Amino acid sequence: MAVEIPEDMELVYSYPESLTKVRTHYCPGCTHGVVHRLIAEVLDELGVRERTIGIAPVGCSVLAYYYFNMDFAEAAHGRAPAMATGIKRVSPDKVVFTYQGDGDLAAIGTAEIIHAANRGELFTTIFVNNAIYGMTGGQMAPTTLPGQVTTSSPTGRNVQTAGWPIRMAELLAELPGVAYVTRQSVLDVPAIRKAKKAIKLAFQTQLAGLGFSMVEILSTCNTNWHMTPVEALEWAKEHMVDYFPLGDTKMTDAVRALKEGK
Amino acid sequence: MARGMVIIDEDRCKGCGLCISVCPVHILKLAEGRFNAQGYPPVEVTDPEACTGCAMCATICPDVVFTVYRRKRRSAARA
Ligand SMILES: Cc1ncc(C[n+]2csc(CCOP(=O)(O)OP(=O)(O)O)c2C)c(N)n1
Ligand code: SF4
Ligand code: SF4
Repeated sequence: MAVEIPEDMELVYSYPESLTKVRTHYCPGCTHGVVHRLIAEVLDELGVRERTIGIAPVGCSVLAYYYFNMDFAEAAHGRAPAMATGIKRVSPDKVVFTYQGDGDLAAIGTAEIIHAANRGELFTTIFVNNAIYGMTGGQMAPTTLPGQVTTSSPTGRNVQTAGWPIRMAELLAELPGVAYVTRQSVLDVPAIRKAKKAIKLAFQTQLAGLGFSMVEILSTCNTNWHMTPVEALEWAKEHMVDYFPLGDTKMTDAVRALKEGK
Repeated sequence: MARGMVIIDEDRCKGCGLCISVCPVHILKLAEGRFNAQGYPPVEVTDPEACTGCAMCATICPDVVFTVYRRKRRSAARA
């Protein structure tokens, strides 16, 4: 497909080198793809692709290792932070990140993420919060909103029996080992641009050895929410952002200096 | 003369429509009666002359379908 580009046109967006050309298996409109792209763009901009190692979770993003153009490992469900700990400690010159869903990080893997963050492990976690277990057919997650209908809460999440949704970004912010934690979203274009900046700062925090960093990203699962992709973005903006407020929950002075120095 | 230009990698498109919802000049639509290698109707540009090269489509696309070009500011020779 040879398209002629006029000489006075400049390239403003092209395929990131940090992604392979493999087509993803994600449902049409799934924001996992947007988050993949942002991570890839950041790793390209930082020029660290060739020394980055990602850890894929269990969940819809279980095959992330096919899509990122770099070394990857696959963890057992929820155990990505434990694997990342080992890899980063053995190879401290590598850039290490985990990619985890809310079922992976906030349910079965709660212990791993809390202790890795508390130890101030020098890796970065990208936490995709879509308020549901996507891969297994839309069951209630710890992040499912009060009253939200899922296959395992058919009359809506009852907080009396199932508890309240966990705000992981706030919870981890309490821990001294944590340098930078923020909650962002990929629900519209301005939010996506902000999320990318946050992902970049998280990786810069790691590169500077300042402590644990995590970006929680409010996302959608239009398939299991039974909505169109566009409706899912609107639903999340209307309902998720109230319970999961956007913004930084922890930024140490050193990270702030790093941010302002840029 | 168009201020911008997009190249669409049709076979990557899943027809989700997110780009259509954000294009400020409303020049994107799904193909009708035509499907790509994945079986989805791919996105098409209805009026290439109206493209501003803003890259909003590329920013929201989960499948990296768009390559975006924008006319350089200074050399913008008016047609
Ligand atoms: C030890 C173990 N327990 C349970 C499962 C089943 N399982 C697979 S994915 C998943 C939840 C995934 O949800 P989430 O992390 O939110 O990711 P999403 O699919 O929504 O992106 C579960 C419970 C498993 N694979 N392994
Ligand atoms: S089931 Fe949900 S999270 Fe999984 S690929 Fe589909 S839309 Fe994305
Ligand atoms: S670059 Fe902007 S104007 Fe052109 S098709 Fe994409 S969203 Fe529309």
